Amino acid sequence: MITPYFANMPADVPGWVPDVFITLIKIFILVNVILGLVSYTVMAERKISAAIQDRIGPNRTGVPLGGVNILGLFTMPRWSIWGLGQPLADALKFMLKEEFTPAHVNKFYFWLAPAMAMVPALLTICVIPFASSHPVVLPFFDYTMKAPGVIADVGIGVLLIFAIASLGVYGIVLAGWSSNSKYPFLGGIRSSAQMISYEVSMGLSVIPLFLVMGNLRLSDVVQYQVDHGWTVLPFLAATWPWHNGASYLLWLPMLISFLIFLVSAFAETNRLPFDLPESETELVGGYHTEYSAMKFALFFLGEYAAMIVASSLMVTLFLGGWSLPLPFYMAWQDQWWSIPIYAFVFLLKMLLFIVLFIWVRWTLPRFRYDQLMSLGWKFILPISLANIVLTGILLAIVG
Amino acid sequence: MPQDYVPVFLQVLAGIFFAVSTLAVSVLIGKRGRDSVAKDTAYECGKDPIGDVHTRFSVKFYLVAMLFILFDIEVVFMYTWAVVYRDMVHHSLAIFYSMFTFIGILFVGYLYALKKKAFDWTHTPGSSSPNRS
Repeated sequence: MITPYFANMPADVPGWVPDVFITLIKIFILVNVILGLVSYTVMAERKISAAIQDRIGPNRTGVPLGGVNILGLFTMPRWSIWGLGQPLADALKFMLKEEFTPAHVNKFYFWLAPAMAMVPALLTICVIPFASSHPVVLPFFDYTMKAPGVIADVGIGVLLIFAIASLGVYGIVLAGWSSNSKYPFLGGIRSSAQMISYEVSMGLSVIPLFLVMGNLRLSDVVQYQVDHGWTVLPFLAATWPWHNGASYLLWLPMLISFLIFLVSAFAETNRLPFDLPESETELVGGYHTEYSAMKFALFFLGEYAAMIVASSLMVTLFLGGWSLPLPFYMAWQDQWWSIPIYAFVFLLKMLLFIVLFIWVRWTLPRFRYDQLMSLGWKFILPISLANIVLTGILLAIVG
Repeated sequence: MPQDYVPVFLQVLAGIFFAVSTLAVSVLIGKRGRDSVAKDTAYECGKDPIGDVHTRFSVKFYLVAMLFILFDIEVVFMYTWAVVYRDMVHHSLAIFYSMFTFIGILFVGYLYALKKKAFDWTHTPGSSSPNRS
């Protein structure tokens, strides 16, 4: 299976070594990009919320060590660069705070919970294609990358994402239960009920997509959209798609799928208008009331990382992933230098959803808990079931 | 192919490494504060904690958990069906009828739960108070 070799590699090194090495480099880059994105999403949230509320937002923290003389060589400038140094200061503050464990908690689960909240969000990103999956040859190394645009090009893509993402519930439940305190406990059970309710709708909402595409592998999902038009905008395909009438007939169920998925994504990531698990006015801090320092930060980062994963997944499933409806752009797939360009386009599409997440948070009020549950079980669930039936009938007619 | 999942395994290790290392760094360089009795009590808005920490909670949460398990298993069945549907529906409509019978039965179960007011959070079983919203 594994044929590529580095050019001057000794003969006794097994063939899988360069593959694992390249995968580790990709994981390192991707995890760091995600963490950087998370920090700057928090920053963007503060800036955008400030703009919406007619404030300025953080604008002072700029270049670190401003005004300090470094080893007698030069003095760091006091640039505030619109407050772009704020995430660095936040991260340092989280690390330097006291790592406090109250006496009344279940110690092991109390420490396990933040890790359980953060890790699933970092794992799910590994099956999402951020660039083309055509094999490319790296220059200077004479090495062929089989699927350069994704860490793990597995056949069950979406199923793996749902399986791992649902582990995130454990982090929240464990945090609420192990804190041995009333507010976290209420926040924890509320959150778990909310997340599992919307997980059903989320799982059902994408089934029409796979009825149409017939494949769970996410790189093939993107390829299908390159050939047949983007899921929600079927007129955007690399080739002129007007001859393909079936895409237009299937447009309606795809749009319904998209809307259901979008609403469920808001609920799954505990964002407003569904942020019942940590509604400050009722539950103080919700499930993380008893947490501080880095343990709290992991919940915080995990929530934003889940938002980034949800945005990436929506881009991949509904907005054509890294592709653009431009023939010359798609022709770069066999070139190694296309990978960063495709990744950049993917990032831009993802940022659209992140801005939407933030915008909605500072625009809409919060639901009441019974409204949240009614919406999920009485409205979204029957509609997503009906959508599956509708897609099935349409496909039986047009084939 | 099993070797497709090696990168997933590596990513799992990377994720665990990140979580453990950040917690470890925080423990090592975090500032140590003084301990006191008040610091170790559960947070209840500054008052001393009252009563049992694990309060009784609505049985509705338990119902939701049961319904979730039922529905989520149906979803898993539907994925395998969805992947082969478009190829097989050309040959015969058997795949169409079989799954939609299944969804129909599922929907009857859903209606039963709905009529039993399992999704009604303002309704408490045994009380005669009218539903508000």
